[in-house]
Amino acid sequence: MSIYLDYAATAPVRPEVALEYARYLTLVGNPSSIHHLGQEARRAVEESREVIAAAVGCHRSEVIFTSGGTEGDNLAIKGLYWQRNSEDAARRIVVTSAVEHHAVLDTVEWLEGQGAEVQFIPVDRTGALDISWLENFLAERGAEVALVTLMLANNETGVVSPLKNVSAIAASYQIPVHTDAVAAFGHVAVNFADLGVAALTISGHKIGAPVGIGALIVGRRVKLQSVQQGGGQERKLRPGTLNAAGVKAFAKAAEFALDELDAEAARLGSLRDRLGSEIKQLIPSAEITAPGKWRIPGSLHLRLPDCSSDSLLFLLDQAKIAVSAGSACTAGVTGVSHVLLGMGYEEAEATGSLRITLGYNSSEADVTALLEALPTAYEAAKRAGSNN
Amino acid sequence: MKVLAAMSGGVDSAVAAARAVEAGHEVVGVHLALSRSRGTLRTGSRGCCTIEDSMDAQRAANVLGIPFYVWDFSERFKEDVVDDFIAEYQAGRTPNPCLRCNERIKFAALLEKGLALGFDALATGHYATILTDSAGNRELHRSEAMAKDQSYVLGVLTAEQLAHAYFPIGITASKDQIRAEAEERGLSVANKPDSYDICFIPEGDTQDWINDKLGVNPGRIVDRVGNDLGEHPGYHSFTVGQRKGLHIGRPADDGRPRFVLEIKPKTNEVVVGPKEALAVIELAGTRISWCGKEPSGLEEFHSAEVQVRAHGEAVACQFAMVGNELVIRVAEPLLGVAPGQSAVLYVGTRVLGQTTIDRTVSAVPVDAGGSA
Repeated sequence: MSIYLDYAATAPVRPEVALEYARYLTLVGNPSSIHHLGQEARRAVEESREVIAAAVGCHRSEVIFTSGGTEGDNLAIKGLYWQRNSEDAARRIVVTSAVEHHAVLDTVEWLEGQGAEVQFIPVDRTGALDISWLENFLAERGAEVALVTLMLANNETGVVSPLKNVSAIAASYQIPVHTDAVAAFGHVAVNFADLGVAALTISGHKIGAPVGIGALIVGRRVKLQSVQQGGGQERKLRPGTLNAAGVKAFAKAAEFALDELDAEAARLGSLRDRLGSEIKQLIPSAEITAPGKWRIPGSLHLRLPDCSSDSLLFLLDQAKIAVSAGSACTAGVTGVSHVLLGMGYEEAEATGSLRITLGYNSSEADVTALLEALPTAYEAAKRAGSNN
Repeated sequence: MKVLAAMSGGVDSAVAAARAVEAGHEVVGVHLALSRSRGTLRTGSRGCCTIEDSMDAQRAANVLGIPFYVWDFSERFKEDVVDDFIAEYQAGRTPNPCLRCNERIKFAALLEKGLALGFDALATGHYATILTDSAGNRELHRSEAMAKDQSYVLGVLTAEQLAHAYFPIGITASKDQIRAEAEERGLSVANKPDSYDICFIPEGDTQDWINDKLGVNPGRIVDRVGNDLGEHPGYHSFTVGQRKGLHIGRPADDGRPRFVLEIKPKTNEVVVGPKEALAVIELAGTRISWCGKEPSGLEEFHSAEVQVRAHGEAVACQFAMVGNELVIRVAEPLLGVAPGQSAVLYVGTRVLGQTTIDRTVSAVPVDAGGSA
């Protein structure tokens, strides 16, 4: 039996969602077609759009369906930058942080290659953004900033950031704010209107929908340029045939996540806290990252000294326990987390990181199994040392 | 036993892992990420170190049904192999990075990690064989596939390392047989080309790469008696035995081509001379390792064979410890032996041990031939 404690990488598809998805996969009809079958498919999409809108606190017309988080981040960042920069050529600064997901960091870096200037808001060792730096920076150079993009919750540490403050500060300089809420959505309450951001990215597979569906929430008065051109779907911002089955599954998963939000936050929060405190008892040298901060309830990030993450992951995997060192990487290499480095940790402090993320299927038994396996694994991992 | 199979993404290590599985061992595949900049992981296949190779290794592991992981040894690799390679060139020597990688990464860092994580042995796709003598001591021998034999680059292994080494493809008649076996096993790397280049040198041009790292450092080209023959752009651009690229305007007195005989980093001189002066009769080194049980009576000269490059011939020799040096005297002169290369001693097919060559003695003393 495998024990899955890597919800931040991807969550298991909920059985009810899988059924809904399969049902809609077998229905024919392009949501943009005129005939009755097209209309049926369109109805499924629009019903779902309302569900998603309700789930994130936005108007239905503000929901732009995408293929997932990376596409949403690309569309928001490039689209807002191009728009704002085309309106006012002086605006060529992108403000972000070093702890963003690569979908944001690499997009911003790409814009830098195209002539943008990138400024990083400092982040401290507890994951907190330096808001006064932002105030000072915008007071000085606010008229040159095209957009601010900062994640709502960090996918490695789970730390939730005060995006409402950020957008309030940016508003006085007419700077649109984008937030990657992929890690937050479904785990903490996300309210687009209340956050006051221009755009917000969410993704289905982190909340129990299949991979391949997500949404970018774009304010009705927000202008942004499209990354791709085509048939005009989704306010012309995201052309391409609508994924009706995916959209339906996404809405179903969002309904579950929202219905259970408070109860799950309490349950997973206490499971996570039990896990953290018992790990501290078993391994006193273990450090919990950002312990006092507001974090996603099911998210626990640890630093274990004198070992490397790949040894820990290997040993836990041998015990059929699936956890992570940081965000999943295509090359399969467990490098030192850019998030921890971005928070000011030295490489040597960050080599033995472990990210344990719980979700709707996680149980006391899962936590117990990890607590049983971890001390032995840690001892062996310490003997194996760090690779470098 | 629990076997950690190092999988480079090539056909040899894939078949090695397959044979380990077939032998009934509990096998886990691991690919080493050795490149420091992830960018080079995206530049396509070069036989090792790229993302494509990592994927090839993973696909092979999938076909074999074994778990697979990528472990990052890039920092160790940079320090122990790449930086060492540069330092050796800077010291006027000609290093063998594959041998260093076996010595310090695969059979040191990786093996130690594997043992700590509960493995009993490390399997690699090297063409070499391990035999056990009557007293139970492990011995390293040449591969059956002589054309592919890699015992030379494993000559640095010590008894402790050999105790946990496992070379499943050592007993194989030829590389063709390995490719055919890979095909039969459904491994997609069956026809993947061999890698010959040094894995961390992107364009495969060692000299260019070294020049880039060490820059321009002009010095003099001299003959064996010290006559100044011209300028060189940096001694690290030359290796012993090299003929081309000297750009000496003036021909030798006898009109014969000149070869690099020696590199003197201290004085920044490149010594050149006639081909016969390349011949050496004695090699010696102080960095010594014994592959398995250390021979006894080392103060006396013993007969053996010595090989000084990966695909060179072994020649008859006598060896003994003289002070802290392993001194090797060859029966017939060897051409183009450079300090930094490893001299590996063999008795029959067995690898006895090796030394990194510190100095050589020319077969043609400077005052004997007349032609300096």
